[in-house]
Amino acid sequence: MTHRLLHGDISVGDMVPALGVDVTATTVVLGALASRDWRRMHHDKDFAVERNGTSDIFLNTPNQAAWFERHVTDWTGPTGRLGRMTFRMNTSVFPGDHMVFGATVTHTEIDATGCGWVDLDATLMVGDVAATTCAIRVAVPIDNDDNPWTRRHDDWCPDFEN
Amino acid sequence: MNELIDIPSSVANRIGRVQYEQEGGFPVERGYIWTTCASVENGNPLFWDDETSSQLTNGPVAPPSMLSVWFRPHHWSPGLTEPAVPLQTHFDLKDELDLPEAVISSNTNTFHEPVQIGDRVRSRQILRSISEPKTTKLGRGRFWVIDVEYLNQNDNLLGVESYTAFGYRREDA
Repeated sequence: MTHRLLHGDISVGDMVPALGVDVTATTVVLGALASRDWRRMHHDKDFAVERNGTSDIFLNTPNQAAWFERHVTDWTGPTGRLGRMTFRMNTSVFPGDHMVFGATVTHTEIDATGCGWVDLDATLMVGDVAATTCAIRVAVPIDNDDNPWTRRHDDWCPDFEN
Repeated sequence: MNELIDIPSSVANRIGRVQYEQEGGFPVERGYIWTTCASVENGNPLFWDDETSSQLTNGPVAPPSMLSVWFRPHHWSPGLTEPAVPLQTHFDLKDELDLPEAVISSNTNTFHEPVQIGDRVRSRQILRSISEPKTTKLGRGRFWVIDVEYLNQNDNLLGVESYTAFGYRREDA
């Protein structure tokens, strides 16, 4: 089994190791098609420029979600189970950009059912600009016998406010 | 400055109502999971290694962030005369509010039951709100919020996506 981060290993202020990615047209088009997003601004540069007023095709939201998930679960290991993600897109991400994913732990909690939650503020940076921010909530095991993936129904409550 | 039309009552009356309940065009399958993982170089063994998925999830599951993938329509299918679009409520609003451009400004995805291979995912859309006219750097328009709920063949809630969009007219249009 690969590594698994436990709830007790995590503290507010901890930073997830950064992930840097060079964005190409392939990154954008593959991401759009993988998420079954056929809209032209994600594969047709002329359309993106003329209709959307952007400089090029750009990463779609579902694929950005997949990048954020990958970044966080690289850190937690496979026992990390996403509960909630809230995105805010500030600027678009284009071919030629170098995007850097980072995240900081903002809150930890074990809820009434015994589920260990971790909240993170994550960013997709391009240069000095936070192109997308994402508040992520992920469940991690509270001990070596715990597995968040086995939780169902009333034992899985990702939508609480803290 | 472009003046916006009032919100038609036919649109306002749809706030809070379930629309476009539909089943995905194909059952959840691993090819798309692997393509998505490849697109972001996600090596999580939960999605690639059967022994890991057997131990943790009693069989293969999809990455939670793929939730919307399972209801997005084919670009073409037999008998279809117009390209199908996902999130039809969003495109309806663009037409009915006469706002030709739109962007998704934020969205919240909440994940519930794991999505398993073979699941038949059903989605339904609910318009939650439409704002008063606003002006942003993109143009003048309105924000709206649409929830998409996803359920499996057993009516278990798989997740909810809540989209905030800004439909607008470009100032130079």
